[in-house]
Amino acid sequence: MEEKVSFELNGKQVEVPLDQDQSLLWVLRTRFNLTGTKYGCGLGYCGSCTVLMNGEPVQACAIYMDIVGGQKITTIEGLAEGEKLHPVQQAFVDHDALQCGYCTPGMIMNAVGLLNRNPNPGREEIISGMEGNLCRCGAHNRIIDAIEAASKVMTK
Amino acid sequence: MNANELEKYKPREDENDTVGRRSFLKRLGGGLIIVFGVGDFSLLNAAEDLSEVDFPEFNGYLRIREDGFVDCFTGKIEMGQGINTSLPQALAEELEVDVFKVNMVMGDTLLCPFDAGTWGSLTTRTHDKLIREAAAEARNVLLDLASERMGVPRGRLVARNGVIYMVLDESRRIAYTELTNGEKIVRGLTVKPELKGPDELKIVGQPFHRRDSLEKVTGKAVFTADIRLPGMLQARILRPPALRSKLVSVDLTGAEALPGVKILREEDFIAVLHPDFEKAGEALAAIKASWEVPESLADDETIFAHILKNADRTRVRFSDGDLETGKKESDILVSEEYHDGYKAHAPIETHAATAVFEKGKLTMWASAQSPFGTQRNVSELLQIPKEQVHLKQILLGGGFGGKIYSQQAEEAARIAKMLEGTPVQLMWTRKEEFMYDRFRSAAVIKVDTGITRDGLIRYFDFNIFNAENRGTILFYKIPHHRTATHEGDKVNPVHTGAWRAPGNSTVTFARESHIDTLAHRIGMDPLEFRLLNMGDQRAINAIKLAAGKFGWTAAKPPSGIGRGIACGEDAGTQVTVIVEVSVDTTTGHVKVNRAVVGQDMGQVVNPQGTIIQAEGCVNMGLGYALTEDVKFNWGEVHSSNFGDYRITTFSMIPDKIETYMVDAMDQPPTGGGEPAIICMGAAVANAVFEACGARVTRLPVTPERVLAALKGD
Repeated sequence: MEEKVSFELNGKQVEVPLDQDQSLLWVLRTRFNLTGTKYGCGLGYCGSCTVLMNGEPVQACAIYMDIVGGQKITTIEGLAEGEKLHPVQQAFVDHDALQCGYCTPGMIMNAVGLLNRNPNPGREEIISGMEGNLCRCGAHNRIIDAIEAASKVMTK
Repeated sequence: MNANELEKYKPREDENDTVGRRSFLKRLGGGLIIVFGVGDFSLLNAAEDLSEVDFPEFNGYLRIREDGFVDCFTGKIEMGQGINTSLPQALAEELEVDVFKVNMVMGDTLLCPFDAGTWGSLTTRTHDKLIREAAAEARNVLLDLASERMGVPRGRLVARNGVIYMVLDESRRIAYTELTNGEKIVRGLTVKPELKGPDELKIVGQPFHRRDSLEKVTGKAVFTADIRLPGMLQARILRPPALRSKLVSVDLTGAEALPGVKILREEDFIAVLHPDFEKAGEALAAIKASWEVPESLADDETIFAHILKNADRTRVRFSDGDLETGKKESDILVSEEYHDGYKAHAPIETHAATAVFEKGKLTMWASAQSPFGTQRNVSELLQIPKEQVHLKQILLGGGFGGKIYSQQAEEAARIAKMLEGTPVQLMWTRKEEFMYDRFRSAAVIKVDTGITRDGLIRYFDFNIFNAENRGTILFYKIPHHRTATHEGDKVNPVHTGAWRAPGNSTVTFARESHIDTLAHRIGMDPLEFRLLNMGDQRAINAIKLAAGKFGWTAAKPPSGIGRGIACGEDAGTQVTVIVEVSVDTTTGHVKVNRAVVGQDMGQVVNPQGTIIQAEGCVNMGLGYALTEDVKFNWGEVHSSNFGDYRITTFSMIPDKIETYMVDAMDQPPTGGGEPAIICMGAAVANAVFEACGARVTRLPVTPERVLAALKGD
């Protein structure tokens, strides 16, 4: 019998055949059509594939399916509540904290994870927390501003 | 990109075919359609019925739909630069509609008229005025129609927010949507409709946030590799270890044995397919191949000597006076040589294409800065008519010049044709992205100058090896000067192409570092020295603006903190960047604390977008200034991911980037996507010199090079 792995994905229980050589990134993109989680480098350098696992940011390209079992995964598609954007998403819109938008889902998921851990980070903590997320368009300053603003909204 | 390369992407005779152009208009339903173009099209008589007229040159059209939305069709594409916000501003301004009622249809080869490509900071320069004229013309036509319908002279009507009102009695009104009455009215531009004057602008010149943020923050924005089609296969392609290698032997049995794998082969072109990207990759890894790799003639250290030896086709681009006379008039002669290695585009989205070939027709999405160039190259490769290749609108995850070329689209098209009916997706891995990137050229620049004791530059001999001549316009007044380029066909062991302001970052690095050297040589403040020698008024405007906002004070002795100025010209824009850096003289580490950008760029359509582009230039540019350098041994590209090719990260960026534009709203707009990036190398190098006395003449300014320069190596 084929072994299965079940986990919670954006609030819903799901089950897929277990393949230990498969990364979460491609399971999300191929099996679930959750294409907001992006491929950028495949080796954990760029952070474009960042998702939350039990509220902690992880790089989906480096997470293999055998450890996903029983975990709670949140992708960019599962962040907003209906039409209501998550404060980090709203802050990215308000601060124009993106250009091409390709790194944006990973940036936002990592920022949400950072704020889960540390609701009131200082600028230096934001910078070191975001160091593993690459943006080629150069939106960095606005991303930092957006995270600071979201932190204020969320701790109000 | 060299001239031959560029030629490949230019429109050709057959792309001006009028039948194809006319058919765009036939496809549209009711509403008012205004077509616009760069050529003599604008001289067509507006009174004529244009639905059957040949349009030799039009670049776009807009349609006022009967549901109140306005479609604007253009062959340009959106890759983050924000023209899907700034072009609607231009349109909405003259048409008197809400910016958010403008729907941009971009880069779809079936729906949009031909466009050569989105590059060179050209969109605002060429399209802004056209779109405004078309929109103004549309407003005129609508006013005429309203005048007729309402029985009120045109002079008593005013258009506002999609509605035409009678000036003295606003209860008498008619909406744009009611005016065309289900008919299709096609017009071209009259002899230059009158545009609003600078004082009348309500939307152009106002800061607008991006219009596409919502889809981008929710993960709904669709990029090429996000397209999902039923039965689609993911493709991986067998790659050699180095460029220009020959396949000697290959054993596919290992890959063939894997379940669900399909292998396609045409001579050396071997593609492995599987519905899952990683499974295709596993199959690819199971292929055993041996390759004949060409002998190496240079690597990333010896490349400069190789360039000097082989770039032997010399062209004097411009000159004045007599260099020998200039030398005699000088008190001090200074000669320097600057080096810059290859730089990758490294967009976070790698090249991708999704394609399906059915009944002789190819439908494709591709991360392409030139959808029409890609359409042509693909149709030639497949030997099918151009009309049988349809590239559809898609967002690009960054371009920077690297997605002008269509290799990945051609590869995907080839596979799609072999699969006939089954959709295929090809997304390059990061390693492939580095291997097949068209890098910014490595280059050597030799500069020889003579100055008087008073600081006047008398002669300037500028020799560029392997970087062409963009950005060489001389805005310093020098009586005796010569600028020459030296190129060669066999110089580059890797692919080269257009990297955000092609060649200009290298040219500006050399010239502006050298200018600083000259200033320090005679003990003059670098700002004062530049102002003394500058001739161009717009260049003076930009440097004065930046220096004033920065709060520049006279040059300081080395203290670990330094300021650096660099000036340049790109895409018609005059730019100055001033940075402040801290240098750790024990480790050689450089941190940029602050950057101020001053630009004279004529009319600014969207100040918010402009500022964001400048910030992007500063941050992206810090990568080439401080860390980026492609490692290679001849055709073997060693840089393969972000671990060994380090682009800008959060810890590298300045705490503050300030961007200021010279007020020139009455001037035509110039380019905004590239100018500030050209200054980053020199601004950083000059600031490092002021901070610690180390003159680094090779990019990037690494800690090792700072320490070596400190020791006087």
